[in-house]
Amino acid sequence: MNSIVEAMAPAAESVSASGFIKKNLREYGMLLSLVVIMAFFEYMTDGTLMQPLNLTNLLLQNSYIVIMALGMLLVIVAGHIDLSVGSVAGFIGGLAAVLMVEYQWHYLPATMACLMAGALIGAVQGYFIAFHRIPAFIVTLGGMLVFRGLALWLLHGQSIGPFPREFQLLSSGFIPDPFGGEGLRVTSLLLGVLVACGFFYMSLKERANKLQYGAAAEPLGFLIGKNVAFAAAIIYLCYLLASYKGMPNVMVIMFALMLFYDFITNRTTIGRRIYALGGNEKAARLSGIKTDRLSFYTFVNMGVLAALAGLVFAARLNTATPKAGVGFELDVIAACFIGGASATGGVGKVMGAVIGAFVMGVMNNGMSILGIGIDWQQVIKGVVLVAAVFVDVYNKNK
Amino acid sequence: MDAILEMKGITKRFPGVVALKDVNLAVRSGEIHAICGENGAGKSTLMKVLSGVYPHGTYEGDVHFEGREQRFDSIRDSEDLGIAIIHQELALVPLMSIAENIFLGNELTRAGVIDAEATHRRTVELLKKVGLSESPEELITNLGVGKQQLVEIAKALAKKCKLLILDDPTASLNENDSQALLDLLLEFKAQGMTMIMISHKLNEISRIADSVTVLRDGATVTTMDCGDAPINEDEIIRHMVGREMADRYPHREPQIGETVFEVRDWTVFHEQHADRKFIKGVNFHVRQGEILGIAGLMGSGRTELAMSLFGRSYGRHISGHVLLRGQEVDVSTVEKAVNHGIAYVTEDRKGYGLVLENEIKHNVSLANLPGVSRLGVINEGREYSVAKDYQRKINIRCPDVFQHVGNLSGGNQQKVVLSKWLFAGPEVLILDEPTRGIDVGAKYEIYCLMAELAREGKCIILISSEMPELLGMVDRLYVMNEGAFVAEMDVAEASQEKIMRAIVKAGKD
Repeated sequence: MNSIVEAMAPAAESVSASGFIKKNLREYGMLLSLVVIMAFFEYMTDGTLMQPLNLTNLLLQNSYIVIMALGMLLVIVAGHIDLSVGSVAGFIGGLAAVLMVEYQWHYLPATMACLMAGALIGAVQGYFIAFHRIPAFIVTLGGMLVFRGLALWLLHGQSIGPFPREFQLLSSGFIPDPFGGEGLRVTSLLLGVLVACGFFYMSLKERANKLQYGAAAEPLGFLIGKNVAFAAAIIYLCYLLASYKGMPNVMVIMFALMLFYDFITNRTTIGRRIYALGGNEKAARLSGIKTDRLSFYTFVNMGVLAALAGLVFAARLNTATPKAGVGFELDVIAACFIGGASATGGVGKVMGAVIGAFVMGVMNNGMSILGIGIDWQQVIKGVVLVAAVFVDVYNKNK
Repeated sequence: MDAILEMKGITKRFPGVVALKDVNLAVRSGEIHAICGENGAGKSTLMKVLSGVYPHGTYEGDVHFEGREQRFDSIRDSEDLGIAIIHQELALVPLMSIAENIFLGNELTRAGVIDAEATHRRTVELLKKVGLSESPEELITNLGVGKQQLVEIAKALAKKCKLLILDDPTASLNENDSQALLDLLLEFKAQGMTMIMISHKLNEISRIADSVTVLRDGATVTTMDCGDAPINEDEIIRHMVGREMADRYPHREPQIGETVFEVRDWTVFHEQHADRKFIKGVNFHVRQGEILGIAGLMGSGRTELAMSLFGRSYGRHISGHVLLRGQEVDVSTVEKAVNHGIAYVTEDRKGYGLVLENEIKHNVSLANLPGVSRLGVINEGREYSVAKDYQRKINIRCPDVFQHVGNLSGGNQQKVVLSKWLFAGPEVLILDEPTRGIDVGAKYEIYCLMAELAREGKCIILISSEMPELLGMVDRLYVMNEGAFVAEMDVAEASQEKIMRAIVKAGKD
């Protein structure tokens, strides 16, 4: 992107479609890779991957990774890292079990208490990182041990379950279908169509805005083509889900959070300031940005999302185990880097992290269906992580 | 004398641009050859071709060194032949010692083990050659920039170099260190070394260069020999910019009003050594429409004074009073300072001024995000038009404001920093070395901008190491030395000698 070519290109009101695609290949490259990977496994598994049941499972399996990746992206963009998220998720799952099963709390206050506990954990870690300048790697490495240990202590080394039925719905429930179709869940399909149209409308509006203030906008033909393909994909996926049990509740939560964080990072002053903080902290501070406080809040936010992921995971298993969340931090961090975030901070996109999470998820799922052993699965995932970042860095330097 | 180096018909293309067009350069053995040109004229690219950063085959034309055609594949190849380059940004490892740095990548070994004794002995010799009396075990981080530059030169000498290339060697040095460095270069010349010096400072070029090659827009404009007649600075400038520059500083008719900004008894302690008083009870004021200069050597505390005033961004145990139109104001955080209409344009635009991997428009709006947003949501249209406005108004040369600032030249980057602070709407603008490392044309534009802002009634504080710049631009100036103001003078009665005398006299007390 940073090539001299771009620097010298004349600013046209509307560039040609082919030129535009070339320019944005990097942005859409990740999405394309996801599509290719999905097509590959769809073919290799003789269509099992995209079967409604499997697709639903795939979403459920990856929801907690995606939820944490949203927070992790902010942390990484701000120039930090959080290794403790897996342990925190496990600890919060245990806390939820103790509150709801042992102490018989109602699920609503228990959920609130768990989210608050997540915020508190994030605040404690963020306090040392932001205000005392202890490297995040060290603080959260400590946190990883502390909360794993606390999870063991809380659960006395045993599994606790089952959860109340209402709480289980968080992960195993599906959105209600008042139209009552037995074969096809019409509500889920309609929701998909609605979202697709919403996206279409938003991108048209954005283009109109850009043209209005005189910036170069993407060519209309390209925009329409892109959105039609995008809308078709969304509607198709929703159709598949609708032909099973409809949309899982957790997917709605995940989707809402995704949109929320995409908005925060792209359109708000907070998002802008986080990018500036990660890009050049000194310059950000001398521009009047309270960089310490901002770092602190990214960790509070991470804590809440890790707690939410812990709840989703516990609800899905319907039991809290001391081993819950082991290794999650690696998947979450990998998702961000596959999605194009820079390890030095300042660069990264929410949608990239989400796509990165699904790249990992689809590979996990596809390889399991194919019966590839856990040994080779890890090898392949590791190779894909390094290869994805290599391609990214290589393109940037070219 | 024979040419030790000849570069013939060098053409270097990047995708979409020709950076060098048929450039010729001939350097005679034993001379100091200066290369000047505006930023982006192709000086650095040419040196990268010469030193092998761009390997043979990626450019057209021939490089002849010591009579033979050379095809360098890497820096290593050129170093082996005795070509050493010292970059503008120093490449020393701060937490390693002088000796370790000098022999880095080139360690003196015996049977594969570092020979500490020989290293020490050689380092002492080399340091003596460059006039440093520091211990070879001293860490780089404890040296000032001037001494670090000398260590870089010692490092080049250690490689037994025949051709030494210096890229703007005095850019970050004060007057004294610059003079000492230039003297050292003349001494090397007497010993028969050949040097190429890239510089923006014409007085230095006319002092030590034997010939000057001027580049403009990637092409050689002229090579002047200084053997016969002394170099005419105005002639060099004319060749560099391709037009006659009647005046290096814009004409001003200052209209000075009431005192707007006043600082009383400002005292700051050193950031690392908390018991060391760094700024010692400074008092000063600026009036409306006035350009106030702060002169002084590097390390005299000018930057630290400015940064401590700007939201206590430097130092500890800060005490003193800041008054705005007679009212005491709280400037204890950057945010408060900005809200009171104070802006500080840093001397280190890459380190402290810009987020290089962000777009121009994002950098412009950074200090005043509320100005382009509502309820925390950024209005992208407004942000774009603000940046576009400044691009036009102060002539930032770029295709569009979506570009990353990292791709701009130094002068244009500086204009982006200035835009950022102008958009914050300041009344008092502190400019710290605003023209460092940028070319003559861009300098003039920045001077014009300063004059314009003063005419609008803003207060401008100009911190500069270049005395001609201070004398050309300011209405009144203070001289700073060792953390205190040692003299105040109106520009009418000021001169370079007077300023220097004030510094030296204060040093003796």
